[in-house]
Amino acid sequence: MSLLEVCAISRFFGGLAALKDVSFEVRKGEILGLIGPNGAGKTTLFNVVNGFYRPSQGEVRFQGGRISGLKPHQICKRGMARTFQVVKPLQRMSVLDNVIASAFLRAGNKQQAAEAALEILAFTGLQQDRDVISKSLPLGKRKRLEIARALATKPELLLLDESFAGLNPSEIEALISIIRDIRERGITIMIIEHHMRVIMSISDRIVVLNYGQKIAEGTPLEIGRDPLVIEAYLGEAQHA
Amino acid sequence: MMKNAFPYIGLGALLLFPLLGFSSYLMHIAILVIMWSVIGMAWNLLGGYCGQVSFGHAAFFGVGAYTAGMLYSKLGLSAWWGIPASIVVVTLVALVIGYICLRLRGPFFALATLSMGVILRITAENLVKITGGDIGIMIRERTWVEKIWYYYIILALAVMTFLVVKQVVGSKLGYYFVAIREDQDAAESLGIDTTYYKTVALCLSGVITGLAGAFYTNYMGYIDPKVVFALHDISIITIMVVMVGGAATFSGPVVGAVIMVLLAEMIRSIPKLGAAHHTFFGLLLIVIIIFLPNGIVGDFEKIRKLFRTRQEQP
Repeated sequence: MSLLEVCAISRFFGGLAALKDVSFEVRKGEILGLIGPNGAGKTTLFNVVNGFYRPSQGEVRFQGGRISGLKPHQICKRGMARTFQVVKPLQRMSVLDNVIASAFLRAGNKQQAAEAALEILAFTGLQQDRDVISKSLPLGKRKRLEIARALATKPELLLLDESFAGLNPSEIEALISIIRDIRERGITIMIIEHHMRVIMSISDRIVVLNYGQKIAEGTPLEIGRDPLVIEAYLGEAQHA
Repeated sequence: MMKNAFPYIGLGALLLFPLLGFSSYLMHIAILVIMWSVIGMAWNLLGGYCGQVSFGHAAFFGVGAYTAGMLYSKLGLSAWWGIPASIVVVTLVALVIGYICLRLRGPFFALATLSMGVILRITAENLVKITGGDIGIMIRERTWVEKIWYYYIILALAVMTFLVVKQVVGSKLGYYFVAIREDQDAAESLGIDTTYYKTVALCLSGVITGLAGAFYTNYMGYIDPKVVFALHDISIITIMVVMVGGAATFSGPVVGAVIMVLLAEMIRSIPKLGAAHHTFFGLLLIVIIIFLPNGIVGDFEKIRKLFRTRQEQP
């Protein structure tokens, strides 16, 4: 069953097509990897799906209903949360308050919001940092805070934008297991990632973008063998 | 224990203050300090917590003041009706201003609100038939000669405002306001309807400021557009009260109001230099922004350290 359907989406900035006729679906319960070289349109796609941009053409459907044209907060309310590539913590708030602020979306009062937030901090391994002002968190924990905050809105679908960028190997291992645990909770995940080893190991399926167009879709094994992908992406990486 | 008792001791002292038989002038200063605390607390909700810096709070103050004044001059009602009436009128004005200005961010919002204050002043000056224009409105029958009653009324308003701010800041609204201040895009993607909550902050802040304006009409007995819609003497002083005291702190606006009102009175009494009080305020603002960006309350630790190291040096 498809949770999210991206139907023939195009997005133009002036004359430039950042996305051109992109279609794919995200199935309930899977982890879908979204990869592509720099400037391929991955983050633009997230911005279209999440409501920051309106698609120039095409539509986005979520849980059977059309969501393109809705505002980000409305889309979030319907069960989609995202993290940002450039982390956006609520800087002068403590880690706990950051998560409480987003937990209010599904909580009746402050006590419920605080309980939900504490549970999520424990789940993401941030409970020791609950009183730290988020401005002073190291990058690895800030990335985790982004995820914690997104989880606090109790999403059906979680969009992760380069959550692994800039992490050291042990942080990467920890985050991989957190993401697998999130899926165990029944949350579907779409993830943008440059880290090939990570994306190949955690994704059920992968969609590849290049110059705003979808050039391949399939299991990690299929993607690894696809000549178009190797030329556009892996080939380029080998030369670099 | 002490900390919990402190607000009650403070309130008790404020209640007893007028019974000590101070001069009419001192009572006037006390009333001004409390009125500015109210305006500062109101601005703090929008500017301090929600991060939307308004340079046009005179618009709300003036509309509140004129609501009271015109109920008297046009309908022959007591100007005190202006206090409940201004809640309705200012909410409507805030909705219009919010609809226009809240789609703008940061400095653009600040400039748009600044222009709103100016537009309302010019409108009030020119709608002579309705507002009386430059002549202003004079309340001929003063309710009380004694200042004590005005003192208690503005004190009640201040206590209510303080309780409202306290309630809002600790609740979902407060969390949403701060989330919007820290990052609007992040807030939006966390399911926060930023436009709606910014409008709520603007209306709350505007209404409280308008109440202070309606009180002002009753207390001073005279208003004109240049006074109640003033950019320097209302809008800018409002910001200074909060910046000097400390944005996004509970007691900051009160501390700021005490300092600004006393300072204004002191500077004005200096011969010749007194007319240049805005220059002094400008210098003060520069010093505050450089050395105490979080205001006296927000940077209290910094100030304490400064004095401690001074004492240690022989």
